[in-house]
Amino acid sequence: MTDRDTTTAVIGKDGVDALISVLAGRGRTVVGPTVRDGAIVLAELTRGDELPYGWGVELEAGHYRLRAREDGAAFANSAGPNSWKTFLHPQRERQWTAERRTGSGDDTDTDSREAWVVVPDETPSRSYAFLGVRPCDLRAIAIQDRVLTGGPYADRAYRGRRERAFLVVVECTEPGATCFCVSMGAGPGVDGGSDASYDLALTEVVDAAGHRFHVRAGSAEGAAVLAELPHRPADDTTAAAARERVAAAAGRMGRTMPEVDLRALMRDSLGAERWNDVAARCLTCGNCTMVCPTCFCTSAEDVTDLTGDHTERWRRWESCFDLEFTHLPGGTVRSSSSSRYRQWCTHKLGTWHDQFGSSGCVGCGRCVVWCPVGIDITEEAHALADERAAGEGGTS
Amino acid sequence: MPADTDPSTASRPRGGRPKLAVWKFASCDGCQLTLLDCEDELLGIAGQVEISYFLEASSAAGPGPYDLSLVEGSITTEDDARRIRHVREVSRRLVTIGACATSGGIQALRNHADVTEFLSVVYARPDYIRTLDTSTAISAHVPVDFELRGCPIDRGQLIEVICAHLSGRTPDVPAHSVCFECKRRGTVCVVVARGTPCLGPVTHAGCGALCPAYGRGCYGCFGPSDSTNFPAFVPLLRRDGMDTLDVRRVLSTFNTAAPEFDAAARKDPQT
Ligand code: SF4
Ligand code: SF4
Ligand code: SF4
Ligand code: SF4
Ligand code: SF4
Repeated sequence: MTDRDTTTAVIGKDGVDALISVLAGRGRTVVGPTVRDGAIVLAELTRGDELPYGWGVELEAGHYRLRAREDGAAFANSAGPNSWKTFLHPQRERQWTAERRTGSGDDTDTDSREAWVVVPDETPSRSYAFLGVRPCDLRAIAIQDRVLTGGPYADRAYRGRRERAFLVVVECTEPGATCFCVSMGAGPGVDGGSDASYDLALTEVVDAAGHRFHVRAGSAEGAAVLAELPHRPADDTTAAAARERVAAAAGRMGRTMPEVDLRALMRDSLGAERWNDVAARCLTCGNCTMVCPTCFCTSAEDVTDLTGDHTERWRRWESCFDLEFTHLPGGTVRSSSSSRYRQWCTHKLGTWHDQFGSSGCVGCGRCVVWCPVGIDITEEAHALADERAAGEGGTS
Repeated sequence: MPADTDPSTASRPRGGRPKLAVWKFASCDGCQLTLLDCEDELLGIAGQVEISYFLEASSAAGPGPYDLSLVEGSITTEDDARRIRHVREVSRRLVTIGACATSGGIQALRNHADVTEFLSVVYARPDYIRTLDTSTAISAHVPVDFELRGCPIDRGQLIEVICAHLSGRTPDVPAHSVCFECKRRGTVCVVVARGTPCLGPVTHAGCGALCPAYGRGCYGCFGPSDSTNFPAFVPLLRRDGMDTLDVRRVLSTFNTAAPEFDAAARKDPQT
């Protein structure tokens, strides 16, 4: 086989079935989209027919519905209610346990004093294979990599899971009405360049010539896995159809961000009236941060038992919409809803650049869809841009 | 909130088993059943907690003092009001368990009604009944160290509160919305994906988002969260098919007398 044959190919639905079993055979827990409880969620897969063949989604702010599709496509839908952070940065995780060692009573002997023996939690990481990582989600994973492993205090458990994960990207051909990855430079294709590397990238094509997937290998293991699947060399027609569908998707984004420097907009908007407007609508329920694939905040939870001799430190997802998030001696720093919404929005679009060198938003639209009252970060950004422009125009 | 988190003043007595008392006022016993459900943990782990139940009259109560008193039920009679003062006196820590003790319970529906009329309608001999016009929370009568929400309370939270009090730390009982737990559990939101009315965004966490996990909306049995916005929330219930009476009813159940629920239920939700 030529080099090209091993790096691009075309597979059918049987190839996707084989992909799941080959990855499972390599000891990986395969996770991908499947229909459950009225949504396309990410869950463990054992067979190809668990994929959402024939399902699309109808999205709006605060609204999600499954819609049957005539063409039988599995991936003609967009980001769902959960994201890969559910697996890479789980909602609750033990950090360490500690046992009280009873002393001998002789306090001059350091080795036999009463003391706490702390044992860090070092369960070996699971090895995941993620099937159906959207380009926006690939960017989100790269962002969480920088946040959680970039500094001097890297999260070892995250890093372990991340290093062992096999990523199968699926490019988008059917963006949702709440998608705006084009504005954020994160999709709908994977050719952005500087992002997390992937192992395989698939593009689904359904037309008169059949239901098939154009595949590119992005790593040596990706190429090795591809070689084990029933596949044929990529033909020009399929390759061109795949490219066209992704290009067309870029022109069908349901949302856009204002075409301004969002980081500067956030900096200029700290005193905006708009925060009060959004605060009147916001329930401070925290859903937006929980569904966001880049939000990483956690809080510590200490568990003791009745004897007081055994204690555990857990970490769980936390949100800047929680009053407890800024609870200091003397009270809560961000007690108003406007200050909490402003924290979320300016962190995502503005101060994230200062902290981590990129935007914290990839344009997946999850926060828009899963906000019960449909607060839309793109609409808020447009309103902030309008307010600033009106101020600059000397109208105030 | 319990300010006392200094381990040197922990409720664990020096030597001997911590004494835990359980007191009942106007309630259905559901929260005590949750405690019975935990006895394996309480006795099994430590083998050192002594539990005394005082289900009825105060005459049955030992002299105390008790390291921790768990109080179920609301205050609905003069006698209750006297008895809760006694409980406070003999308890180092007093924790209310459940919606009745914490906000007055469903029996607080009487608070805005004519109790004399109820008596004449319900009882053959109303003159046999001595009751107050209101059902009130324990905290309206005596200082309370901690309030545990729910109808009934959550088993895990009860164990957490007991362990925390015995080791002198603040219990980890978040006051944010049920939505936090719902998302952490990985449940698909019933409001967004089905248009089912759900009180999760204004309800205090603690149950682990049980109802949405079974496909139904939260009905607020833990009472209001620490950060509610009813003027924005009520229109959402109406969008999902609730009329004015439905909204009033859904807010007038086990936590009807919780101030946030009470205010929202009495306000014309159309405005
Ligand atoms: S923006 Fe929406 S999802 Fe986020 S806290 Fe406010 S109401 Fe909840
Ligand atoms: S802020 Fe919203 S659109 Fe942006 S990445 Fe987070 S969930 Fe997606
Ligand atoms: S938006 Fe809020 S929850 Fe998300 S990362 Fe920033 S501070 Fe944390
Ligand atoms: S935001 Fe872009 S990459 Fe993400 S699901 Fe939508 S179309 Fe796909
Ligand atoms: S189902 Fe209810 S509790 Fe869960 S996220 Fe939706 S509104 Fe919140």
